[in-house]
Amino acid sequence: MNREKVISVKNMVKKFGDFVANNDLTFDVYKGEIFGFLGANGAGKTTAIRILCGLSTPTSGEMKVAGFDIYRETEKIKKNIGYMSQKFSLYEDLTVNENIRFYGGIYGIPVAERKKRAAGMLENLGLTPYANSKIGSLPLGWKQKLAFSIAILHNPDIVFLDEPTGGVDPVTRRQFWNLIYKAVEKGITVFVTTHYMDEAEYCDRISIMNEGKIAVLDTPANLKKQFNAANMDEVFLRIAR
Amino acid sequence: MALNDVSLDVKAGELFGLIGPDGAGKSTLMRILMSLILPDSGEVWLDGLDVKSEYKKVRHITGYMPGRFSLYPDLTIEENMQFFATVFGTTVEANYDLVKDIYAQIEPFKKRRAGKLSGGMKQKLALSCAMIHKPKVLILDEPTTGVDAVSRKEFWEMLKRLRNQGITILVSTPYMDEASLCDRIALIQQGEVFSVDTPAQMAAGFPEDLWEITSPVIYKTTPLLEKMPLQMSVNSFGQSLHLVTPKGRVKPEEIRAFLQQNGETDFDVKRIQATIEDVFMHFMLNAKKESV
Repeated sequence: MNREKVISVKNMVKKFGDFVANNDLTFDVYKGEIFGFLGANGAGKTTAIRILCGLSTPTSGEMKVAGFDIYRETEKIKKNIGYMSQKFSLYEDLTVNENIRFYGGIYGIPVAERKKRAAGMLENLGLTPYANSKIGSLPLGWKQKLAFSIAILHNPDIVFLDEPTGGVDPVTRRQFWNLIYKAVEKGITVFVTTHYMDEAEYCDRISIMNEGKIAVLDTPANLKKQFNAANMDEVFLRIAR
Repeated sequence: MALNDVSLDVKAGELFGLIGPDGAGKSTLMRILMSLILPDSGEVWLDGLDVKSEYKKVRHITGYMPGRFSLYPDLTIEENMQFFATVFGTTVEANYDLVKDIYAQIEPFKKRRAGKLSGGMKQKLALSCAMIHKPKVLILDEPTTGVDAVSRKEFWEMLKRLRNQGITILVSTPYMDEASLCDRIALIQQGEVFSVDTPAQMAAGFPEDLWEITSPVIYKTTPLLEKMPLQMSVNSFGQSLHLVTPKGRVKPEEIRAFLQQNGETDFDVKRIQATIEDVFMHFMLNAKKESV
């Protein structure tokens, strides 16, 4: 099968002084897939994501994101991706509408188009009555759903989600994954990290990092078979311990 | 209203879990227990001390880990530990045995600044700092949020060891698998405690019938089951689905027949015992329906 690569990583290395955060990573992510990027705390996940988003420069290696070179075309990469960081990324003191206006402006979405998309988005989330509420006053689950929706408002090729469901209740977590599936239906590729192993099952393929290296990369079903494990939790514990 | 008429007892030596969604009031309750904020009304006692009038004593016998990382990012691991020990008039050496299990794991990095640590290491340091004055009671606000599966397991093993040493632990968590590791848990929603019990009793008290359904096409099976007569909820649980139907109203043959009629093959329907996650979701979804 000849599938279109939206992320291609060859021999990615990132060092901070003597510390090797990413040690020779090589992998591809295909268009329209949900790629789970797992690993223990400190394994190097966030470092790799920041590089792929054009926020940090690798020490060496060849990388392309959305068809653009990671060294020379970071500004083009930023226009074609969405990024929801681990730390909450909307402005707490601005209202929902003001945040949408702000991000819409940054990504250069024309005003009429932004208004149309924003109205549809709030309608889908059931948050239309809260358009003029300050973000800081909303529950975490709502904020995370909004942050995700705003991260894909400009219809990027890829969206990077760094622990989007950390600390979120089980009902909202499932609603969040429904949003992810909807984004995939629109053709957006999803690159996601999580510590919830049931969520790992929802990914098309996953990689598990350990001490800066990719230990395994396959579909959840194949990994369970390979490790003779009942679920992803067992697979993860074998690799990361 | 952050907390509405909450009454709750935690026994000495218990590992007690506060389970509830974001915004339910868990942190507020913990902050009141720590005398960091005052309740509008009601009485709160901690080891026989009134948290309002005897807050200074309360702080000496409690160790608190707030939800947000609150150590000094510019101090090293070692310096943070020394700081907290000194504030409480003790030394790291004096209580080293108590924190050894946890602290030993981060001690090799003791010269590293706290702000530069990974999520799991930060949590281990925060717990060590909360423990260094040998508290009788530990209050931990979502200590494992953002922590990986391996570190979470280790963290809970440590909590069990501390509990076995006689320390009372009140812990909040959004991870349902952790709820089942507590001696007793309270479910909290919109500022009200709605149920307190052991995890096993709470799971056994699931009021409806619960089915586990596996299928090679789960993404198709979910919307299909949502149209099944009498279904109360359909939720994904990793590689399978959990279907809730009213107690005694639906037979497994009926679920199978419904799936077959709608063109599904190779599926499996199995009656299962509820987990805390099922109980919690059932309670949340019903609370929502009632409030609409």
